[in-house]
Amino acid sequence: MSDLDAFRTEIRAWLEANCPAEMREPVSDEDDVCWGGRNFKPKNEAQKAWLDACVARGYTVPDWPKAYGGAGMSPAEAKVWREEMARIGARPPLSSFGIWMLGPALLKFGTEEQKVHYLNQIARGEIRWCQGYSEPGSGSDLVSLQTFGEDRGDHWVVNGQKIWTSYADKADWIFCLVRTDKANKYQGISFLLFDMATPGVTTRPIKLISGASPFCETFFDNVVVPKSQIVGELNRGWDVAKYLLGHEREMISGAGGGDRLNAIGAVCARNGALHDPILRAELAMFDVDALAYAAMGEKFLDEAKVGRAHPAQPNMMKYAGTELNKRRHELLMSAGGSTALEWESNETGGGKPSRSWLRTKANSIEGGTSEVMLNVVAKRILDLPGA
Amino acid sequence: MPLYHSEDQAMLAETVTGFMADEGGIKKQLRHFRDMNCQDGFGHALWKQFAELGLTGILAGEADGGMGMGHVEAGIVLREIGRNLTPSPFLATSVMGVTALAAASDDLRGRLLPGVIAGETVLAVAVDEGPKHRPERIALAAEKSGNGFRLKGRKDFVVHGASADALIVAARTSGAEGDADGVTLFAVPRDSAGLGHNAVRLVDSSMASHVTFDGVELAGDCVIGEVDGGRAVLGRMLAAGRIGAAAELTGVGQGAFDITTAYLKTRKQFGRLIGEFQALQHRAAHLYSELEIAEAATIKAQQLLDGGSERAELMVSVAKAKAGRACNLAVREGVQMHGGVGMTDEYDIGLYMKRDRALAEFMGDAAYHTERVAQLSGY
Repeated sequence: MSDLDAFRTEIRAWLEANCPAEMREPVSDEDDVCWGGRNFKPKNEAQKAWLDACVARGYTVPDWPKAYGGAGMSPAEAKVWREEMARIGARPPLSSFGIWMLGPALLKFGTEEQKVHYLNQIARGEIRWCQGYSEPGSGSDLVSLQTFGEDRGDHWVVNGQKIWTSYADKADWIFCLVRTDKANKYQGISFLLFDMATPGVTTRPIKLISGASPFCETFFDNVVVPKSQIVGELNRGWDVAKYLLGHEREMISGAGGGDRLNAIGAVCARNGALHDPILRAELAMFDVDALAYAAMGEKFLDEAKVGRAHPAQPNMMKYAGTELNKRRHELLMSAGGSTALEWESNETGGGKPSRSWLRTKANSIEGGTSEVMLNVVAKRILDLPGA
Repeated sequence: MPLYHSEDQAMLAETVTGFMADEGGIKKQLRHFRDMNCQDGFGHALWKQFAELGLTGILAGEADGGMGMGHVEAGIVLREIGRNLTPSPFLATSVMGVTALAAASDDLRGRLLPGVIAGETVLAVAVDEGPKHRPERIALAAEKSGNGFRLKGRKDFVVHGASADALIVAARTSGAEGDADGVTLFAVPRDSAGLGHNAVRLVDSSMASHVTFDGVELAGDCVIGEVDGGRAVLGRMLAAGRIGAAAELTGVGQGAFDITTAYLKTRKQFGRLIGEFQALQHRAAHLYSELEIAEAATIKAQQLLDGGSERAELMVSVAKAKAGRACNLAVREGVQMHGGVGMTDEYDIGLYMKRDRALAEFMGDAAYHTERVAQLSGY
């Protein structure tokens, strides 16, 4: 037996013993996700037991170093972990922007002190993070952002506004792009971390077409941020931001796994929707694309873990994955027929099909639009002129 | 297993890439043999060179003198064949034929494999009956005759059939046309009496035969595997051909894409390189994405097939369908982005479009394999 086989046996046995049955069911909605944070209240005992068991072993962030709360798994071991999790349909014990986005940025750009402090908090699910990037006038053209941090010696005083801040009203801390030099467009932005409980921070949820309010407007009115809370160098926050956007795009692309990689034809058939041969054909064509994309996700992760993926590849993944997910929900709506139109009914769990369908429309906008993704691919991967 | 090539596979890829670009290039092979109206549709000298590199026996077992490698490695060769539009009997002979022969008797393998591995023997596969791939129905009759069989019927789309030393033929030894049982695979020698070839040139300059079997008498030792129980070995041969064709398609698509992006960087209109126009950039970037995904699906299917996974069949059809659609997009976009010169014989992009058509049809088109994905998924 190879070391990896032995590792797989160990992981399989541990999961069998520690992953509660309830945590092997798919997540039903946003409320069902374990986000962690100061105000986190476990939905049930199983959720708490699963989180605690994973935290104790570093399994919330299996490939982070042990000193930062991870399990120190190699890329090959982390893949075994993902495969064994998928095999039993286990949910991630903890989901957070800290794990997906800030963590990787800190691992690359943080000081040792920052890593020990913030990464351990993230790994244990103690702090829930949100991301302060977009502004009302700076969407696709993010680098034009105006939120300004005025230098006051040992701290900055931050004023401005962010928008589309996911779960800002529920987050404990924010990682935020702030202009610290008005004369330099790209090299005048710093990457700051601060507590959302700091005086001067207010949030206002935005009601979306899905009826939900996962995004907020976030306002900064003379918010004091100590100088120790910068990641990377002063005025070089754009480097951190770009690096982190790669991880955000990777996350939105669904490459790490999850629903959007699954085929849907068989499920729709069970619900009796496939007497229409044209719809059946569309579902089959979708399934081909979904299964092929799942292989792409696996290949991308394998290559990324050993540094073989093109650095701009997450942009391609984000483009393909989000367009696929939108198509997936268009088809689920078609297959669901008039039942899927119900906005408020028990049968649909309060309009889940239609609300999810509307939610996916943001996939190809948030974290960089499909059009921006194609621009980046054309420029950085295809090396097309003047792009 | 990670979804990228191991060190050994990367070394093989490097060798094959250089070899195919130097020896299998469009001018040296495809255009050369097309323009001389070659009736084989490929060059035997290059086939010998394949043998010198060991490629002819890439899937054959080491005990048979082969390299004992898998579909990932065969796919590496096919991708380069596709990229260079290299005409060769590799897919039918070394991938499909050798896969079928793995189930044959020592005697039959001994008669055919040494020649294949030496680059002297060419095999062709005769599965289709009619213009569309539909191997669920096999009608070609093989009746018991003395100690052997008598074959009567016809096969179509037998690629380079008239140039082959032996045909691997799927025939019906019992039951009705649509039955799963009652199918038997035969190795039919080229000089068999009653075997007729109507060889025609196809759009991509390859040759294919309508083959007639007019009471072809075969000895019992021409049977591959079990009489009436040929579905399993036929299935393995088809899977090998399908994933091989998918790999070749990813190469065709990549080749078309590479010359097209190169063209976008040199052609000027309105005082600008046309690659500066966002309308073309977005289409090129989308195409890149589709080709990457098709390649990933193909490697995944190759690995599953090599590992004997029960998911292999499904993924092979996913790969053939996805590679088919992606490559088709690549050649259509390629011709359009080339503009007027894309319509000329002088430019290579049109050759890619023709090859895509033929490969897309070979062993089931994207529609066939999409339907198969639905059926294998249970709907």
